Amino acid sequence: MVRFLLAKLLYLIPTFLGITIIAFGFVRILPGDPVLLMAGERGVSPERHAELSAQLGFDKPVVMQYLDFLWRLLHGDFGNSLVTKKPVLTEFLALFPATLELGLCAILIATLVGVPVGVLAAIKRGSWFDQVSMTTALVGFSMPIFWWGLLLIIFFSGFLGWTPVSGRISLMYFFPQVTGFMLIDSLLSGQQGAFISAVSHLILPSVVLATIPLAVIARQTRSAMLEVMGEDYVRTARAKGMPSRRVIGVHALRNAMIPVVTTIGLQIGVLMAGAILTETIFSWPGIGKWMIDSISRRDYPVVQSGLLLIAGMVMIVNLLVDLTYGLINPRIRAS
Amino acid sequence: MSNTAELSTAAIRRQMLAEFWFYFRQNRGAVAGLFVFILLVLTAVFASVLAPHDPTAQYRDALLLPPVWQEGGRAEFLLGTDAVGRDMLSRLIFGAQYSLFIGIVVVSIALFGGIFIGLIAGFFRGWVDALIMRVMDVILAFPSLLLALVLVAVLGPGLTNAMIAIAIVYQPHFARLTRAAVMGEMRREYVTAARVAGAGNIRLMFKTILPNCLAPLIVQATLSFSAAVLDSAALGFLGMGAQPPAPEWGTMLAEAREFILRAWWVVTFPGLAILVSVLAINMMGDGLRDALDPKLKRS
Amino acid sequence: MKYLSRSLLAVSALALTTAVAEAKTFVYCSEASPEGFDPSPYTAGTTFDASAHPIYNRLTEFKKGTTEVEPGLAESWDVSEDGTEYTFHLREGVKWQSNDRFTPTRDFNADDVVFSFERQGDPDHPWHQYIPGITYEYYTSMDMPNLVKSVEKIDDYTVKITLNQPEAPFLANIAMPFASIVSKEYADTLEEAGAKEDLNNLPIGTGPFKFVAYQKDAVIRYQKNADYWGDAPLIDDLVFAITPDSSVRLQKLKAGECHLMPYPSPADLESIRSDDSLKLDEQPGLNVGYLAYNTTVEPFDNPKVRKALNMAINKEAIIDAVFQGAAEPAKNPIPPTMWSYNDSIEDDPYDPEAAKAMLEEEGVTDLSMNIWAMPVQRPYMPNARRTAELMQEDLSKVGVSANIVSYEWGEYLAKSMEAGRDGAVILGWTGDNGDPDNFLSVLLSCDSAKEGGANRAFWCNEEFSDLLQQAKVTADQAERTDLYEQAQVIFKEQAPWLTIAHSTQYVPMSTKVSGFKMSPLGDFTFEDVDLAE
Repeated sequence: MVRFLLAKLLYLIPTFLGITIIAFGFVRILPGDPVLLMAGERGVSPERHAELSAQLGFDKPVVMQYLDFLWRLLHGDFGNSLVTKKPVLTEFLALFPATLELGLCAILIATLVGVPVGVLAAIKRGSWFDQVSMTTALVGFSMPIFWWGLLLIIFFSGFLGWTPVSGRISLMYFFPQVTGFMLIDSLLSGQQGAFISAVSHLILPSVVLATIPLAVIARQTRSAMLEVMGEDYVRTARAKGMPSRRVIGVHALRNAMIPVVTTIGLQIGVLMAGAILTETIFSWPGIGKWMIDSISRRDYPVVQSGLLLIAGMVMIVNLLVDLTYGLINPRIRAS
Repeated sequence: MSNTAELSTAAIRRQMLAEFWFYFRQNRGAVAGLFVFILLVLTAVFASVLAPHDPTAQYRDALLLPPVWQEGGRAEFLLGTDAVGRDMLSRLIFGAQYSLFIGIVVVSIALFGGIFIGLIAGFFRGWVDALIMRVMDVILAFPSLLLALVLVAVLGPGLTNAMIAIAIVYQPHFARLTRAAVMGEMRREYVTAARVAGAGNIRLMFKTILPNCLAPLIVQATLSFSAAVLDSAALGFLGMGAQPPAPEWGTMLAEAREFILRAWWVVTFPGLAILVSVLAINMMGDGLRDALDPKLKRS
Repeated sequence: MKYLSRSLLAVSALALTTAVAEAKTFVYCSEASPEGFDPSPYTAGTTFDASAHPIYNRLTEFKKGTTEVEPGLAESWDVSEDGTEYTFHLREGVKWQSNDRFTPTRDFNADDVVFSFERQGDPDHPWHQYIPGITYEYYTSMDMPNLVKSVEKIDDYTVKITLNQPEAPFLANIAMPFASIVSKEYADTLEEAGAKEDLNNLPIGTGPFKFVAYQKDAVIRYQKNADYWGDAPLIDDLVFAITPDSSVRLQKLKAGECHLMPYPSPADLESIRSDDSLKLDEQPGLNVGYLAYNTTVEPFDNPKVRKALNMAINKEAIIDAVFQGAAEPAKNPIPPTMWSYNDSIEDDPYDPEAAKAMLEEEGVTDLSMNIWAMPVQRPYMPNARRTAELMQEDLSKVGVSANIVSYEWGEYLAKSMEAGRDGAVILGWTGDNGDPDNFLSVLLSCDSAKEGGANRAFWCNEEFSDLLQQAKVTADQAERTDLYEQAQVIFKEQAPWLTIAHSTQYVPMSTKVSGFKMSPLGDFTFEDVDLAE
């Protein structure tokens, strides 16, 4: 197991270097000039422009800038935002809990609904439930979520007035940020109603973000179940007269879960992409919106370090999925 | 001798097609998807005949008119007009052209790029393979939409650049599939036989191996087609895709966002159009997969 | 509405348990996150609304709702004969705020004033670069480094600022947010603790509100400053709920989640007016949106061609479709709310026939030109692309074919200032300090018609520029008014721009809000605001 882990980690190093090159390179060839953006309509004199560029380190050769960037990364320095002048890592850590909370809720909804639906659809293959749920799943899979979010806002916030329009919690509540997760912090604060308020703010964005993963998980669970149920050992167990509930519960479900776990793990990338859209629509103060804003402001350090942090996170999750997979299924470890 | 061989290949092909259609037809959703897709293609092709108005013509006396069935609607604008008085229906019809065009271009670039890269990696193995696959890993480590966003920011917002960016982001999937298929096929006897018979590398790659690993690529291509329509709409929505006044659905949504409370039709219809087209393509893709993937045929 | 009643319930429950009832909390749905809380290094209006206005004061202040200068931390001032020496007499007994880290031992005094200016003007000052990469853009762009010779403390409550040459708008300049006065004692405390950057994170000021907490991109909280030297605020707590999307802001306002919001989308004005729980304040904004020709390139170097094009474009149609009526057509480069606005000037009529004839007379046929449409939304121009499309259609009617081009915003700003630029540029300007010089000199003088300037028409008219220069060194406002009025006549004759519109500012708020005064400068300040139960 240790060797497996080490091999995986070694494998990640060149990938990670590649990511730093892409993050740095892309950002450096972005057209536009942060100095000009800061000056706005007023304009900036050529001398002042040169002075400011030098101050930001843009006058050095690109290779030097890259090595500088790597060197500082090794020391845990992700640079400072050009707009707020604050360390990128500080900003990332301030916003990340919001995205994480949203993402976890979405994946929870997707799993808790998707897996049972998939299992049931597989068991009752061809039934109306199967057909309706799988059609719905396909609709969900095809959903432009930025539009879906707008529709939900129009209906639930605008028309019914059931859910708040945006934000993470009602402003009536004010308590210290302990974990950064609004659900936990609101409970810790002991203020009545705070938790409910946090939930009501979280519900629409998580549903929107969960839509596509939910559809994928339900479909994947169904086909994995069908495949496993067709395998010899399940048939044998059935033929031997094992009660079908037990067959499904013990044999089929457990084996079908292997690809499902992978699918869930792989949704992290989908979630990050979805978070960009969801956070934009719901004004959710997370890293998706932060990245979009930073790209349009040409805030180089934020874009490059943000890309790096996000890609690094995806890599780590993928590694964890690999490891889980290895744990469940020893055959893979050997190969 | 050669004559009979040709005959039999043709026969086999016919039989394969019949079998494919047989399985495809079994999936009612797939047939429905195909039907909608054909409608979509027809709409796109005959857009200029079908559309009652020029999609960019502005009727200054008809700003933000509701659809015809609602109070204040006018018969000449069936689905209402947008903020500068352009006919929604005509814009939606012309939008079909954009979506299909985007899907085709993105899938073509990603498919050919991916196949080429995958073939090289799978065929030559060694350091070439290692290098290529590491690059693919790097691309896949970024969430696709985020990478596409940065790429578009690099290239400049616009339809062409959005398509290129999306294609670049999708291409590793094809490369990986091709590589895996090639590596599988390379061990087969017919490849060894061809090699012994003196077939060159290129001939071997394109003529012998490639046709045998097309099935998963076709399935991936339909998936990518619908994803491309979705992602380009998302880029348009974020202001990085097709630029106004192009009647691209995502861009229309972005422009309509400020009217969300006042004019539901400018928000609802473009999104619905995206959903329906993507859904149709995905349904078709499901049918294709069932018909092409022998492993799932049983179940 | 159901949500509202639920949160009200929650609030009353809260009041029972923690006994913080009766506190008046005012929620402002702001449009963007502040860049930081030190006003001097930043340039965005949203930053000043969150820092300079609630937390800090300046030597001079703009009288609420106007661009007139009134005493602030300086109770009075004397100006020397030659207009280069300003002696400020400071207000006594002004208390600094406190926080967990800092308890002031002394009141506001001359040391703070000297510190606040020197840290910006002196590159070797230990606080000049207290955060790496920090710059003082407003201080620089208002030309303060060349203008200010020295800032001296005469005694604890007297400060003398000496200028290199007379500058009529100086008192208005130092009422601007960048000239906010920060506490030297607080800075010293932070330096000792090795936490200099907290000057920007945990601000201490003399203003009406105290900073409490900021959660990035989500919410800023303030508390009433009980020791405020002016009239104490009527609300107890001030909350900024950061909500970038204008339609979301409106929905929050309607749902009672906030009491006041900036920048409603013009499309929503009707629904705001028809909502009984909301009211809408409006006033003409201190801005102008324009289309600048390149007056150095044929055929646009001919004023008659420019005039003809101006006559071909239907401003009313742009105002209807792009501004949704929320603007008035512009005839002068400065807005009508600004002193010296020359109302006797006649605007060029919309007359495509005459325009066509005029173009033919000048021998301009088959003209094709570029129209530059900026990629972003600005207060003076909600949708440049749409404006360009309308212009394109109007121009086609007089036989001019227009091609719309656009670039990424930073590039747009740079490329539109490149000499020999091809085409006319849509852009605009929002005033900084209410002085006409801040529009005319910055945008239309010969000095700014070069790289690094902002004269995108590249229009250099000696007579016009001389009038501006005279006005700048004249202290008497009546005399200055006269000079600026003459300048506007020249501008209209020469037509370097098509002046499009002055957009109207709207501020929707709950009917419970009273006492809010709109600022012509676009500031949002809340010390006079009250909230009915």
